[in-house]
Amino acid sequence: MMNNYKLWFKISVIACAFLIALIAGAFVILAVGGNVFETYWIIISMPFRNFRSLCEVFTRMIPLTIIALGICVSSRCGINNIGAEGQMYMGVVASCAVALHCEALPKFVAVPLCIIAGALAGAAYGFIPGFLKAKLEVSELLSTVMLNYAATQFFLFCIRVPLLDPNEKTGTPMSSRLPESAVLSKFFRGASLHQGIILALILVAVIYVLLFKTTWGYKMRAAGASERAANYGGIDVPFYLIIAMCISGACSGMAGAVELMGVQGRAMSGITSGYGFSGIVVALFAALHPIAVIPASFCFGILLYSQVNLQILTSVPPNLVETVQGIIILIIVSVQMVINNPYALEKFRKRFFTKKTGLTEV
Amino acid sequence: MELMINTLTLTARFTVALLIASMGEMFNQKSGIFNLGCEGIMSMGAFLGMLVPFLYGGAGTVPGYINAAGLIAGALCGALMGLLFGVVVISFRAPQGIAGIGLQMFGVGLAGTFFRSYIGGTQSITGINAKAIPVLSEIPVLGPILFTHNPVVYIAYLMVPVAWYIIFKTPWGLKIRAAGTYPKAADSLGINVNKIRYESLAVGGAMAGFAGAFLTLCQAKMFNAGIISGRGFIAVALVYFGQWHPVKIFLGALLFTFAQSLQTQIQIFVPQFGYYEFLTMLPYILVIAVLAFNRKSNKFGPAALGKPFNREQRV
Repeated sequence: MMNNYKLWFKISVIACAFLIALIAGAFVILAVGGNVFETYWIIISMPFRNFRSLCEVFTRMIPLTIIALGICVSSRCGINNIGAEGQMYMGVVASCAVALHCEALPKFVAVPLCIIAGALAGAAYGFIPGFLKAKLEVSELLSTVMLNYAATQFFLFCIRVPLLDPNEKTGTPMSSRLPESAVLSKFFRGASLHQGIILALILVAVIYVLLFKTTWGYKMRAAGASERAANYGGIDVPFYLIIAMCISGACSGMAGAVELMGVQGRAMSGITSGYGFSGIVVALFAALHPIAVIPASFCFGILLYSQVNLQILTSVPPNLVETVQGIIILIIVSVQMVINNPYALEKFRKRFFTKKTGLTEV
Repeated sequence: MELMINTLTLTARFTVALLIASMGEMFNQKSGIFNLGCEGIMSMGAFLGMLVPFLYGGAGTVPGYINAAGLIAGALCGALMGLLFGVVVISFRAPQGIAGIGLQMFGVGLAGTFFRSYIGGTQSITGINAKAIPVLSEIPVLGPILFTHNPVVYIAYLMVPVAWYIIFKTPWGLKIRAAGTYPKAADSLGINVNKIRYESLAVGGAMAGFAGAFLTLCQAKMFNAGIISGRGFIAVALVYFGQWHPVKIFLGALLFTFAQSLQTQIQIFVPQFGYYEFLTMLPYILVIAVLAFNRKSNKFGPAALGKPFNREQRV
């Protein structure tokens, strides 16, 4: 009974936050003239309608999981990587460039090669803000955002000039279709789920081991928890900042490669579809724990999949999903502070639990 | 020559959105709040700047006071969003970087949602048009650069000395600087630090919203979900670049808009140049380069920037 109030405190705070998020979303839906309950019902029920739509959710989980894992590493090391979108674009460019030259190679060589190319490109692009932060004290929040815009432009250039499909007649710049040897095959006929999910699950294990079972992971977490203490303990903080950003970038690059090879099949504008930013929300939602990323990305897979259904079935614009993600970030960061606030906990205990303990004393 | 005059004319006009937004951000940061959600606030401001005249008169001409109402609506909405951000980072003391990203996604998403449902597709408005000042605009070279703009541009330039005066010469400005430099000391002298921070967030948000509304009303005359395209973030970076001083921020805004206008003008005057994506990249790269080679300027920043203030905490 004595310790129960901590648990109840957490539960009630989270429940309140969930309610606030729902209400805020409801206001937005009302403002655009939608039916609140219908909209929520579509978001929640449509993925479970049949096996194919469940596979759609899983397909969206793949890049979300991979990116969120990268964000977990960088955030645990104390550097906020908002550049996942740009790193993803770089991964797409690199793996596309490699894949288009892989026609002759067998599948088991070509696929890893393309994914590694994407990872390397992402890591190189993640290295830049990491280096700038570690050596030149440039705020990573600003540099990664700027690099996002630069990467988008670079990507548009690549699909317009070097990677342009010579047979494309519609005038939309896009790359050629990837050769069959570089495509991640689907598990089931007619469902979009592809082999990338194996990579995502392996990466969950790898990142978990890296963060919690290796010295590198320990040092990264130490650097993130308290930079000065880590420095005092002999940890080369700038080095681990850069490594964390490289790992984070590599994850985003891989997500780009997987999305290209498993879903789109060719590089075209808008291929990242906002996964870079959603990945941040997923990582926060999972409280930066690699294992928790799986259920978190499932939730957000449902949310992202609802964009399709909302467009078909209701008058609510799909941009609603981005708004909801913003609300969720604002609420998560607030909730974390409330939960960790001992004064609020004490108030809660006095308000709801002192009466009972008083009775037992009598 | 024509390219240069055109570029400078555009620079003088287009600096305004960036300038006002970074002035607002300067107020936030002077009081110790790092508001990365500027982009989202600008998006909502831009949307309202479009919505008000559009609802009144569609694509046709509307009376001046409706356009002014658009600007004011943008500013009001910006102030509200600033206060919302204040609830998260001041009252709940959440980490400001991530919360800012949340505000950005919220603002951009909300503007996109409302845009789809209230306006629909690509629509344009007449907006506030540029008016040449009769005699002055005929001066060669300087005339077109300085005196062919719409009235809002001149008001915006007036903001630089006004902001300087408020920050450095009024009691309220002193309180803001105190709250951002050493909130503990400010608190011990009876300044309500969190109230000052809320106020500065409202003012900064209003300016960001106004900047967004300016962007649609005077510059683009239309709206789409990506219209801000990083200007909010550049505005934040400009505050660093300008070392938290209004005049230096003004110069920085001029420099970046110059890079941006030059890029558009090169696309017009030298159409055979086939690598325009790299030109579009230029301002963003410039921001990073400036931040990287200007790291001493971090020392000019408010000492308590990004640190939530907690009265009950010791040390």
